[in-house]
Amino acid sequence: MAEMDTSSGGGHKKGPGVKKGKKLSTRVDLTPMVDLGFLLITFFIFTTTMSQPTAMKLFLPKDTDKPEEQNKIKASGALSIMLGKKDGVYYYEGELLPDGSNFKPSNFKDIREVIINKKKSTQPEDFVVVIKPGPEATYKNTVDMLDEMTINDVKRYAMVDIFDTEIQLMRATEQNAGIK
Amino acid sequence: MPRKSTTVDMTAMCDVAFLLLSFFILTTKFKAAEDVTVVTPKSVSTKPAEEKNVVMITMDKNGKAYFSLGDNTTEEKQEIIDAVDQQKSLGLTDKEKAAFTRSGSYVGVPFSMLKSYLQLNEDQLKKYTAPGIPLDTANNELVVWMGAANHAFTGSKMTLLVKGDNDAKYPTFKGVIDAFKKNEIFKFSMITDPEGVPEGTALATKRESGAKED
Repeated sequence: MAEMDTSSGGGHKKGPGVKKGKKLSTRVDLTPMVDLGFLLITFFIFTTTMSQPTAMKLFLPKDTDKPEEQNKIKASGALSIMLGKKDGVYYYEGELLPDGSNFKPSNFKDIREVIINKKKSTQPEDFVVVIKPGPEATYKNTVDMLDEMTINDVKRYAMVDIFDTEIQLMRATEQNAGIK
Repeated sequence: MPRKSTTVDMTAMCDVAFLLLSFFILTTKFKAAEDVTVVTPKSVSTKPAEEKNVVMITMDKNGKAYFSLGDNTTEEKQEIIDAVDQQKSLGLTDKEKAAFTRSGSYVGVPFSMLKSYLQLNEDQLKKYTAPGIPLDTANNELVVWMGAANHAFTGSKMTLLVKGDNDAKYPTFKGVIDAFKKNEIFKFSMITDPEGVPEGTALATKRESGAKED
């Protein structure tokens, strides 16, 4: 089979009077078509992966005023994590001291270490993480923190309302750090 | 020595390209154009979101909440709107109720505006900016919606999904949770985008060993 002559510059050009002696080749250059094909493939690959959301399950504790129905936690095994504005994370172990000296600032990277260390140093049945998102925490922060529980295999965790004292401590820490 | 041609036969490559192309075209499910743009956060969860009997609460980045139902739930939608109509004595006409039961509808208005909202036609809907369902502690209207939905799905499993934007503030989410709790719903799922598990963590080890996750 003969190749189609695609080169523009060549020695001889066919004049108007030259007879068509050669058979025209049926072969077409497929390169642009392949280009287009792959372009579309890329497009579809991206759209498929993005439109597959996953679901994260969450079980809520029942609100109850009766003390006998409430789950008791040992203060020593508790780790309270508070979420503030601008992705701020604050935590304290056990109970919050009146002077707030065990209230420590952290961030989403370092909190994992804190959780792991606390998990190691406490009895598995006493270990519980209490998540307290503040009024300025975003939904993303909340989900990230819940996700952190899954990542670190924390069996018991709860999401509870933040106390006013904790909000004030958080605000004070934020102001000191210059977070507006 | 004769010069060898550098042209390669593209036919085979073209075949492969289009085979892959048709595969991806067929497997892609296009998302319906959403009226509310929501960028969901990421999580390590690998479970795909269920698509049957979906009741979806959407929170956008301004903290507005919307209530919607999945496809093929026309009967439940009818029940919900009837219940809400009765409970709040809104006096909706059949036509307004039909606007709610049509597929892809969503509600993001307080009850006081529901009647006028359901009267809007499609063009008006596109331009309409919904104020969101009120979620304050004093006036949490989502409680009524959830109560109606819970009742409509009695007997069948309801898939409750919360789809929130990254920038939605926690109080909005809390309002949604409160509405669930008041209706004795303690189990729900949050829509997220998949994300890789960080190396060296407990979950990574667990997944490597193939242990079952709860």
